Amino acid sequence: MITFRMNNLTVQAEPGSTILETARFYGLKIPTLCFHEGLTSWGGCRLCVVEIGEGTRAKLVSSCTYPVEEGLVVRTDTKRVWAARRMMIELMLAMAPGSKVLQDLASEFGVTRVRFKPKNEECILCGLCVRMCAEQMDAKAIGFQNRGHQRKIATPFNIKNPECRLCGGCIYICPACQLRCQGPQAETTLCNACLTMAPTCLDHYDDLQCWMYDNGQCGTCVREKSAAGKIAETTAASHHEPKVR
Amino acid sequence: MADKKQDVPTIIRKHKSLKKNLVAILLDIQAQHNYLSPESLRVVADALRMPLIDVLGVATFYRAFSLTPRGEHTCLVCMGTACHVRGGPKILEEFERRLEIEPGQTTKDGQVTLETVACLGCCAIGPVVVVDGEYHGHATIRRVGKILEKYYKPSPSDSPAS
Repeated sequence: MITFRMNNLTVQAEPGSTILETARFYGLKIPTLCFHEGLTSWGGCRLCVVEIGEGTRAKLVSSCTYPVEEGLVVRTDTKRVWAARRMMIELMLAMAPGSKVLQDLASEFGVTRVRFKPKNEECILCGLCVRMCAEQMDAKAIGFQNRGHQRKIATPFNIKNPECRLCGGCIYICPACQLRCQGPQAETTLCNACLTMAPTCLDHYDDLQCWMYDNGQCGTCVREKSAAGKIAETTAASHHEPKVR
Repeated sequence: MADKKQDVPTIIRKHKSLKKNLVAILLDIQAQHNYLSPESLRVVADALRMPLIDVLGVATFYRAFSLTPRGEHTCLVCMGTACHVRGGPKILEEFERRLEIEPGQTTKDGQVTLETVACLGCCAIGPVVVVDGEYHGHATIRRVGKILEKYYKPSPSDSPAS
């Protein structure tokens, strides 16, 4: 066992475990976004930053990727840590203002304004879907492309990847997609289950047979259906023979 | 160089089909074929037993690779700080106007690819334009035409004026 100090408590942890795991074991709350128990740690969202070291040598590290060390001094809720988290939330909120997960985090941390131009990307590049696809689904159908401000998550050549089994895992785990399902769309979108599977939640709104097994939980079907006749048209157009029940 | 193209499997064999040589393989394909075609990327992914998306991740990460065919001539316009203050953007605009393309694109006849670059390390002669490795310092809007003439002869059908 490794003994170190966290928030002035002496704590113990198994060698090889991370600061985050130890903190959660002791009931200390550290917010995370790109972390998931079933997936490898990535350290991308920087929400889980904690301060380690003392005095002038204190620095911020991501607790989900930092393995515990003997004699480590960790502080999980200093002013500096909160300032860093607030900034990350603000930045991510500018990327995906519609995300409920992010809005909840913002209210929790008192982020009341976003000083950056909203981008409405609906993606914060947390990489959860990429890891979900590669590690849990063993498909490796989606991944990061490009670099810097052009970085995005996509399928190869932006077309449907034969590796993709339409499991929906990527959408399930996504913290930023506001609308879990956006109806049948172009070839460039990731899921498009509505186009390939029948029945779809759009087609048969009345008796919800959502392929994602959370029957209308997301509420998308309802919204899409009542939003405008435009969507109904696209649906009808994409399904050559609208089924009549 | 472009007389005899090595095909993709030959290039992969040259690098012993090793994953660690991915960048080298892609560089060779880029040099031989002038771009990375979707087919060649698929062949590479299969040969190295890598997911295609990982190969694409590398191919789209580096500026050295291009997924669209590059022109015969590459025209780099420096957008570094020194060149910027000396009018680099105006020179780029002139290139864009004359070639009717934006940075990163290739002319329709596949002759010239226009690209920007952050700094070439010769700020003293800025603004700098580099065509096929040949440096043209102290570039002005007037000299853009002369620089282009040396490499680029638009076919009569392409030019709208004539």
